Amino acid sequence: MSMDRRQFLKIAGISSILGFGASVVSTAQPSLLTGLDPAQVDKNKEALLAKRWAMVVDMSKFKTDDDYKKVIDACHLTHNVPDFRNADGSVDKKFEIKWIWTAAYERAFPGQDNKYMNEHLKEMPFLVACNHCDNPPCVRVCPTKATFKLPNGITMQDEHRCIGCRFCMAACPYGSRSFNWRDPRPAIKSENKEYPTRAKGVVEKCTFCTERLAVGKLPACVEAAPKGGLIFGDLEDPNSEVRKIVTNQYTIRRKSDLGTGPGIYYIVGGSDHA
Amino acid sequence: MLEKALVGSKKYWAWITFLGVLAAIGVFNYLHQFSYGLGLTGMHRDVTWGLYIGQFTFLVGVAASAVMLVIPYYLHDYKTFGKIVILGEFLAISAVIMCMLFILSDMGQPMRVLNIFLHPSPTAMVFWDTVVLNGYLFLNLLVGWVTLGSDRKGIAPPKWIKPFIYLSIPWAISIHTVTAFLYAGIPGRHFWLSAIMAARFLASAFAGGPALLIILALIVRKVSKFDAGKEAIQAVGKIVAYAMFANVFFLGLEFFTAFYSGIPGHAQSFVYLYTGLDGHSELVSLMWTSTIFAAVSLVMLWIPAIRKNEGTLVLACIMLFASLWIDKGFGLIIGGFVPNPFEEVHAYWPTQPETLITIGIWAIGFLVLTLLYKIAITVREETAGIELEH
Repeated sequence: MSMDRRQFLKIAGISSILGFGASVVSTAQPSLLTGLDPAQVDKNKEALLAKRWAMVVDMSKFKTDDDYKKVIDACHLTHNVPDFRNADGSVDKKFEIKWIWTAAYERAFPGQDNKYMNEHLKEMPFLVACNHCDNPPCVRVCPTKATFKLPNGITMQDEHRCIGCRFCMAACPYGSRSFNWRDPRPAIKSENKEYPTRAKGVVEKCTFCTERLAVGKLPACVEAAPKGGLIFGDLEDPNSEVRKIVTNQYTIRRKSDLGTGPGIYYIVGGSDHA
Repeated sequence: MLEKALVGSKKYWAWITFLGVLAAIGVFNYLHQFSYGLGLTGMHRDVTWGLYIGQFTFLVGVAASAVMLVIPYYLHDYKTFGKIVILGEFLAISAVIMCMLFILSDMGQPMRVLNIFLHPSPTAMVFWDTVVLNGYLFLNLLVGWVTLGSDRKGIAPPKWIKPFIYLSIPWAISIHTVTAFLYAGIPGRHFWLSAIMAARFLASAFAGGPALLIILALIVRKVSKFDAGKEAIQAVGKIVAYAMFANVFFLGLEFFTAFYSGIPGHAQSFVYLYTGLDGHSELVSLMWTSTIFAAVSLVMLWIPAIRKNEGTLVLACIMLFASLWIDKGFGLIIGGFVPNPFEEVHAYWPTQPETLITIGIWAIGFLVLTLLYKIAITVREETAGIELEH
């Protein structure tokens, strides 16, 4: 059948209005954003892949304040997390942004303490961050899909789409999210040019170092932790270290009764893991 | 009909100027917030919503309350509400406009607001709230304008408007139900995680909104020849009384569940609000003011002699409105964030710019309300004596 340009456009126009053929046309076209055909894009062969990234925090491996500090600094310096300070050098709580930090046991696990528990255990600093939940309330409530699940289990944040409504912060039962109450850039002491900074008015949080996994590196906190302190891996892989620990040892998660399915597991005691 | 808002007495223009100045102060402070960020407010990482979202929540209720006049008048043909119903519809319009301004003021990136429609997320209650609020604004503009236009010509409103009027009834219920769902479905915020939240919201809305309407109707009668009618105001007074009883009852149910269950998370926010927690008692005097106002106004509305006297009725309405404003426009929001997920208490108090922006938005709302009421009053004054036929 011969068809001139005019006829083709007519049929294409009508059929796309009716919804026919629209999908065929769109798959054949390159992405509007990159101008590339999906088949043309090479996957990084180095990238670390998983069905469900998860982390185990083995508290027995953290001995000194410096052990925690190294982990927190590694994360915050890598990700250009601003460090707002008061005139006296203390943390400015009003603008504070944190991706990973420590909270006393009785704070991180409310209701799990008891009045006979010794102060040492009550005050024991636990590393806390985004739990990358299986069923994250923050994703459910986000009105723009600026926070969303990746197929590898990571709860991701798109700071360019975020409208700053802070619904995710109300919804997160872990207080894991931070808002840029003002321009964060003046409070970044040494900027890592490999990672973007954020604008005011958007929410940010831990991303399990999605950008490092994509180039075959473990999360910055895992690298900086004492040996065996932070174990990162694929929970769906029966041979992974995280899976073996979660299967064979007694671990706890923060507020797991809420049905969120947190992806960070804690070993409180001191025994060696699997 | 818009031209009617452009002609008025010196007092009218003085009032418009007064509101205009407050609005301008608000806009000026907003521009500062726009360039600096929301750090200009008293909010912080633990109390991430404050005065703005409180006002939004409270005003959705005021908007929804128009249905308390629409149902008797249009559904039950209660003719007494013939004159007051337009005041309710126009109040709803100005309330929804204030709601939208408060939401915009609370956004970290207001320029991206259209992302809500570019990336619609049906799982997000904000998406549905945006849809129902815009729909409700449209319905009230349409119904108010068309019925008033017909009144002006002394004819009955066109038949095609009826379906829109009937639609506005469930729609009013929906705006406040969805607003309650913003809070009532969040795991880990025990204070809000209550199945009765939407019912509570509606009860407080149907008390607070009509109470404001009584105050407004009496002001309108003072400054113009437009009289909503003694009988109509009395009928609204009864609605306020019943709704307030339901509201106080529902709040009592919350207290029972929180304290009889003995689950710490459920009780802590109430403890913070009413007695203080961990040495923090910022809201205690406010919450008790709200409680006393609620009790006194309820008793006043309950006693027929007091309710029937317009002087004491308006006093009861002012107390009731103030009580609900504190409870819903402030305590409800802050209480949800205190204590935080780590069971720590980090207090919140609005800053001066935040307060001025809030006052500015109320001024814009009252400006819209004044213009709309001016139009309605002038139309009604011109057609005074003509029997209304709906």
